[in-house]
Amino acid sequence: MRIYVCIKQVPDSEAIIKIVGDTEYNREVVYVVNPYDEYGVEEAVRLKENNGDGEVIAVCVGGEGAVSALRTVMAMGVDRSVLVKTGEQFVGSDLTAQALAWVIEQEGPADIIFAGKQSMDSEGMQTPYRLGAQIGLPVVSNVVNFSLEKTTALVQREMGGGLRESLTVKTPCIIGANKGLNEPRYPKMHAILKAKKKEIKVLDIAELTIQDNSGVQLKGLHPAEDRSEARILEGTAEEAVSSLVDILAEQRII
Amino acid sequence: MSKIGVFIEIVDQALGKSVPGVVGAACRGGDVVGFVLDDLADKDRELLEEYGVTEVVVVGGREVALSELPVSAGLALADAVKASGVKALLGVSSSTGNDLLTRAALSLQAPLVLDCTGIDFNTNCVRKSHFSGKATATLQLTAAPFVCGIRPNSFDPVPEKVACTITKFEYAGPIDDAITVTGVEKSGSGRKDLAEADIIITGGRPIGSSENFKILEECADTIDAAIGASRAAVDAGYAPHSMQVGLTGKIVSPKLYIGCGLSGSVQHFAGMKSSKLIVGINTDKDAPIFSKSDYGIIGDLFEVVPLLTRQLQKRR
Ligand SMILES: Cc1cc2nc3c(=O)[nH]c(=O)nc-3n(C[C@H](O)[C@H](O)[C@H](O)COP(=O)(O)OP(=O)(O)OC[C@H]3O[C@@H](n4cnc5c(N)ncnc54)[C@H](O)[C@@H]3O)c2cc1C
Ligand SMILES: Nc1ncnc2c1ncn2[C@@H]1O[C@H](COP(=O)(O)O)[C@@H](O)[C@H]1O
Repeated sequence: MRIYVCIKQVPDSEAIIKIVGDTEYNREVVYVVNPYDEYGVEEAVRLKENNGDGEVIAVCVGGEGAVSALRTVMAMGVDRSVLVKTGEQFVGSDLTAQALAWVIEQEGPADIIFAGKQSMDSEGMQTPYRLGAQIGLPVVSNVVNFSLEKTTALVQREMGGGLRESLTVKTPCIIGANKGLNEPRYPKMHAILKAKKKEIKVLDIAELTIQDNSGVQLKGLHPAEDRSEARILEGTAEEAVSSLVDILAEQRII
Repeated sequence: MSKIGVFIEIVDQALGKSVPGVVGAACRGGDVVGFVLDDLADKDRELLEEYGVTEVVVVGGREVALSELPVSAGLALADAVKASGVKALLGVSSSTGNDLLTRAALSLQAPLVLDCTGIDFNTNCVRKSHFSGKATATLQLTAAPFVCGIRPNSFDPVPEKVACTITKFEYAGPIDDAITVTGVEKSGSGRKDLAEADIIITGGRPIGSSENFKILEECADTIDAAIGASRAAVDAGYAPHSMQVGLTGKIVSPKLYIGCGLSGSVQHFAGMKSSKLIVGINTDKDAPIFSKSDYGIIGDLFEVVPLLTRQLQKRR
């Protein structure tokens, strides 16, 4: 069984993002594995463990530093990795998907591919679908439950209104993971050490003959407005609540 | 005048509550054409007429329910959009909305941006969050038609009563059953949907148990609010993940957000910072939530929330 996991390296959620020029940000922040991708990794590793054999391959399109994200997921049980190196800060989901497809073509056909439902930096929410279109596999994203029965994946998606949708998907397929799918493991020391010896193939995106066909251009990045200090409603609890209710009524919220 | 398409999402057999807001966004760009899968109930058509939708295309499959076949539904939606000549296709950036809009965009080879909070039909630029709300990006869509998902509550509905004509589009393409919907079930509380609510009351770790959420529920009932939870509360097992707000939960932008016993972590704010009004209730006057909210009450949620419930009940 050949299982792929798509891994993006993104700024840590605690990182302070400063906009540089029109469309760039301060690169010197702390980076982590995109949180949703960890759910994909955990599911892939469990699938391999339950299956008794197989290989889990991580694929990442990113800067040189993304090697550390790949070490992290290899410590979680991924067997080996491929990094498609790029100097760009934002590689659109179209180019990314083409690069991922290129690697999968090289490394051999997938039995199943896990990705996250969304990356935390560009929040595109579409790479798994684009990858599916590239390599002709069905895609389900936002997945909170996954099991495999022979050649069919049984999955559940979270929908609005507290609803859950159950679907069957023919494999091979691509799964976009959401939180709730599993509880990603914390790698133990020996796994971290072992991961240092695992293989990372590196290739340059320039070697791939691909071009961006997305029709979407990043024109500008702007810092979000910060919210200011709260006005503390004074007095006893009763009085504070009363002030709040007055304010809400005044603003026609209630 | 150009035409703008809107995917009409049906949630639990009724018009999705965020659809009118998306129609409000679309009408800035031209006459609005709705696209709905399989069938449109009369009551939903009447609602659309309240908001200026003059035409609805019912996209159906021959002998199959497209809403159960996401792959074919995406292809069918794309074909109907192509046939209609709309300049753009908009829809709610919900789980179902994003899924179908993406499938349709890929089939149309159209530019696609999801979770937009702003749209300008003159420049074909959209705005969306980057870095979990720490930045906003302006993106330009350089081909037509283009496809955009709109974050719920980003646009106000614009009431404009019209009459709506219904046309049918029969999908003649391949039926792809690689993905089949086998069922839909209610999970969690079955309460009001977080993404669509005007008011949200959220409980953090100190809520202490799933039973204690009742305190929030009683309050929510008085003002028709939805209930959220912090990740700490979800991970402790007090609430299901479907109630989680934040970086790895739901992104919400209600008119009012009341956070009860929330420290105010960046990861929580990533999910609710675009709320219009934020109120924090916390025992610790130095809690970070107070540095990023509009109003604060320093106090014990177990005392403050029941008081709030009582005062709200009195007002009604
Ligand atoms: C990758 C990643 C993703 C994450 N995603 C999310 C996410 O999506 N959503 C999310 O919420 N978190 C998320 N977190 C977790 C986040 O960092 C915080 O740990 C979490 O938000 C804290 O939850 P809390 O505010 O409920 O609890 P705490 O941090 O424990 O804060 C509780 C607060 O309540 C106050 N308090 C105590 N007792 C009372 C009382 N009786 N009445 C009133 N106030 C009281 C305390 O003073 C304190 O400020 C994420 C973290 C990471 C690393
Ligand atoms: N540069 C990348 N390298 C590898 N995987 C990626 C990359 N970008 C996105 N993905 C995968 O696609 C998912 C959705 O990303 P996005 O479409 O950017 O929101 C992520 O969670 C990853 O699993």
